[in-house]
Amino acid sequence: MLSIENLQASVEDKAILKGLNLSVGAGEVHAIMGPNGAGKSTLSNVMGGRPGYEATGGSVTLGGVDLLELEPEERAYAGLFLAFQYPVELPGVSNMEFLKTAVEANCEHRGIEAPNTAAFLKAAREACAQVNLSPDFLKRGVNEGFSGGERKRNEILQMIMLQPKLCVLDETDSGLDIDALQVVADGVNSLRGADRSFVVITHYQRLLDYIVPDFVHVLSDGKIIKSGGSELALELEKNGYGWIEQEVA
Amino acid sequence: MSESVERINERLASDYEAGFVTEVENDSLPPGLDEDTVRAISARKKEPEWLLEWRLKAFAKWKTLTEPEWAHVNYQKIDFQALSYYSAPKGQGDGPKSLDEVDPEILRTYEKLGIPLHEQKRLAGVVAVDVVFDSVSIHTTFKDTLAEAGVIFCPISEAVQSHPELVKQYLGTVVPISDNFYACLNSAVFSDGSFVFIPKGVTCPMELSTYFRINAMNTGQFERTLIIAEEGASVSYLEGCTAPMRDENQLHAAVVELVALDDAKIKYSTVQNWYMGDEQGRGGVYNFVTKRGVCKGRNSHISWTQVETGSAITWKYPSVVLRGDNSVGEFYSVALTRGRQQADTGTKMIHMGKNTKSTIISKGISAANSENCYRGLVRMAPTAEGARNFTQCDSLLIGDTCGAHTFPYIESRNNSAVIEHEASTSKVSDDQLFLCQQRGLDPEKAVSMIVNGFCKEVFRELPMEFAVEAGKLLEISLEGSVG
Repeated sequence: MLSIENLQASVEDKAILKGLNLSVGAGEVHAIMGPNGAGKSTLSNVMGGRPGYEATGGSVTLGGVDLLELEPEERAYAGLFLAFQYPVELPGVSNMEFLKTAVEANCEHRGIEAPNTAAFLKAAREACAQVNLSPDFLKRGVNEGFSGGERKRNEILQMIMLQPKLCVLDETDSGLDIDALQVVADGVNSLRGADRSFVVITHYQRLLDYIVPDFVHVLSDGKIIKSGGSELALELEKNGYGWIEQEVA
Repeated sequence: MSESVERINERLASDYEAGFVTEVENDSLPPGLDEDTVRAISARKKEPEWLLEWRLKAFAKWKTLTEPEWAHVNYQKIDFQALSYYSAPKGQGDGPKSLDEVDPEILRTYEKLGIPLHEQKRLAGVVAVDVVFDSVSIHTTFKDTLAEAGVIFCPISEAVQSHPELVKQYLGTVVPISDNFYACLNSAVFSDGSFVFIPKGVTCPMELSTYFRINAMNTGQFERTLIIAEEGASVSYLEGCTAPMRDENQLHAAVVELVALDDAKIKYSTVQNWYMGDEQGRGGVYNFVTKRGVCKGRNSHISWTQVETGSAITWKYPSVVLRGDNSVGEFYSVALTRGRQQADTGTKMIHMGKNTKSTIISKGISAANSENCYRGLVRMAPTAEGARNFTQCDSLLIGDTCGAHTFPYIESRNNSAVIEHEASTSKVSDDQLFLCQQRGLDPEKAVSMIVNGFCKEVFRELPMEFAVEAGKLLEISLEGSVG
């Protein structure tokens, strides 16, 4: 599904990712953990094509499509979804309008028929219920005046509506209380399936109690230095990152 | 600047769908302006003596005035002697006739612009239209239906003939001859425009609308609109405008006067899409307009809503004089500038009556190399006991080569008056664009959505059909040709 090979990337001419390799199969959930400054957020931003994050070498392919050649919106059409660490407000743009436009754009470019208004509304209301947001949120401006938890749930709402192939969650757990974390995790878990993969980027093991990964990778200084099963996360929680970095050095 | 913003600015090159020229033979006055020009216009319109006198008085005054220079706009001085002050398609000079007699080329023009001239083709027949082509009104629809309700809706040149007493009573009472340079010029040479009279207690049965089109080259358009709502009457009036793409600048110096008596309500909406000029700033319309309403009676209500996307230069301050106690004035504005456009626009709310209220919501959007200014005056006279004003003035910047400026003037001479002013300036941020793009919206769609969201409070005030048109217009303005 996703194949990252020898990815190098820099921000403001400073090298952040220094030869990162990652292979994610269909239906798998991979967690990427690492200390602050390891390049976790850079990874998600480079994948999404955020201006200012420049891939200087290597490749990222999703379902055989080379993402690095594409505009951000084309990466979305290829099936990539980023759940943001800090979702921004779009004042006056209603959630409903935003979702509908996004769904239609994605359907058009993926060559599938967009749902009619009635079907869309029904799906949007169901998705709201799934992430425990009142349908009134559909009428409000995108993230406008939302609490931190509501913003993250709104991200999952978008994820449900857009039906991506690969979801990258960038520290989605930051700033969430346990209840909100549970809602977000439930949303993600409901989307798990044979044809959808997840990359969960997190600093803490806590999220992984709720979204149990198939694989855990440790990112340090722009490279993945250790990979293992979900038990690796527990080990990191207990002993920190220092021991691995030493082991590798 | 982010790559996305660059992509948008590249595509902001104007794609002006109304930019075509209509080939018709014109009956025009040669360029130049003197007393004879004024007399010639008046004669062509077969005007009564009092109106000619009024024009000549204005012309004499105008010669003593100088162009205002305080606005935040830059342009080459206009050579008023190089302009033609009257242009009418041949054979149309006497005002509207039946549609069969209108030049088919002109009919096609309005068809292309999507303006309905055939009453029966109108779905619900909700809007009556007066169309002004250069200096003359071509056609007014639904006149008979309106007449049954007692409403007068006709070209002002016709009203001068058919209802001289009303025109004489109100013309120049809101915007006096000597008000300002352009209004004074308009008073001397005004050509055509709409006249609306809603008698006592009548709610106008449909929306009224005027569509202005400048076609001829080197011609100024000086329309004059006068709307009177008697006691308890109400009316909603819409105005739209376009012009062909030409390398020369065209001058549009209109005057609009509104009079609301006791308990009357006038809602005046404008979607202005005059040609803005090319990327180098060549051509485009100079839109120097004086619009003012007077809430003469108690509990009267005047509301201006404007969506300004066109013109090379806009200089326009639709205002309300709140004379009657408890009267209400409103100004809702969206001004979008791109390319090399310059807009200096805003309002004046002059509170004189007790417990008068005014609301100002201004949304300025600047892109590319444009300059966008809000200029607004709120004045509380000593008599304005208990008056209130609320002003909200927001600017949105796209990219970092444009300018947004706010010039609020507040004068309060009554201690019980309350004035609130809020202002904000924001940018379409890279984070907002990236969020939209990540969800599958291309940058143009993203910006148009963000801008539409920013303008929501104003669009809400527009009549339904216009709101849709305004939204589309913004989208087209922001899109340009996809390269």
